[in-house]
Amino acid sequence: MPKGVRRRYLALKIVCEGTVTEGELTKALWDAVLRLFGEYGASQTGLLLVEHNGERNYAVLRCWHKALELVRASVASITELKGKPAALHVMGVSGTLKALHKKFL
Amino acid sequence: MKKFADLHLYPPLRDRDSLKGMINTAFRLGYHFLGVSLPARISEGEIRELREICSAVGADLVTRVDLTPKTSRDLLNQLRHFRRRFEVVAVTCLSKAVARQAAKDRRVDLLSFSLDPRKRFFDTAEGELASKALAALEMNMASILSLQGFPRVRLLSRLRWETEIAKRFKVPLVISSGADSEYLLRVPHDFATLASLFDLPLSSALNSLSEVPRSIVEQNRLKLSPGYVAPGIRVIREGKDCPRV
Repeated sequence: MPKGVRRRYLALKIVCEGTVTEGELTKALWDAVLRLFGEYGASQTGLLLVEHNGERNYAVLRCWHKALELVRASVASITELKGKPAALHVMGVSGTLKALHKKFL
Repeated sequence: MKKFADLHLYPPLRDRDSLKGMINTAFRLGYHFLGVSLPARISEGEIRELREICSAVGADLVTRVDLTPKTSRDLLNQLRHFRRRFEVVAVTCLSKAVARQAAKDRRVDLLSFSLDPRKRFFDTAEGELASKALAALEMNMASILSLQGFPRVRLLSRLRWETEIAKRFKVPLVISSGADSEYLLRVPHDFATLASLFDLPLSSALNSLSEVPRSIVEQNRLKLSPGYVAPGIRVIREGKDCPRV
């Protein structure tokens, strides 16, 4: 990653039946990005699952600042997790993890 | 602060728990005005009950009816019967004749079309008629969420074209969820970013989720209020204390 690239952290609320593992969530996120924007678009996101709490059903994502809208659209397009209906709501976006935890989690 | 509106919720009205859950979720996600699609023959009592459920969570219920006429004559009949009973009237246009009639009728608030791109009749002629009659074009996000693969590609392509026409003729766009379950609801900002898939700028999309639906609801509430006479004319006082002219 080039030095000085700005990042954004997204707090996600996971709504689904049962709990989802970190691997399943990561796979669903990448699948959504790839389906909507292809490999070229996915390469511009810098997407990373920073944190996942299965008990409280929230997760924290990191992406590059310029790809924020692209990632939000991809997250919103997820309707299934583990083959069951699900929804991911973006509770908030912040420039630092500290502020994200303070404001939204 | 913007007040967001979702004018197209389609909850199961018989299942009270699901209905309450959906209204609660929609309000928590940031929607203030909740348009619930109601059957045309719903009683006043049921509407009152729904209004109470919404006001209990702090939301504002907007009564909405979805008309699906087969012919333009059928549309006129339905409008005559139901226009004054509901705050928002949406017409699902299944044929070109119905679409044209709906676009030029001032009693129609929202023009809605089928998922099938071949049955979406919003073209330049329709856009021109709709801009004169002040009807808005509704885009249901549930259709984008529920489709996948090539059908979604075709739908997005069609929506992009319709957005372009709407922009050219200044036809207002309304973005709504069209959700029949909680899983199809999203935060307003997420719907706005999804709208970027059919080239609607973020600011316009947010407007289509707040200002545009709010103005439709407020205008219709004014029209349905007892003192309304005609555009720009309303009774502000009546009775013995009014000066005689």
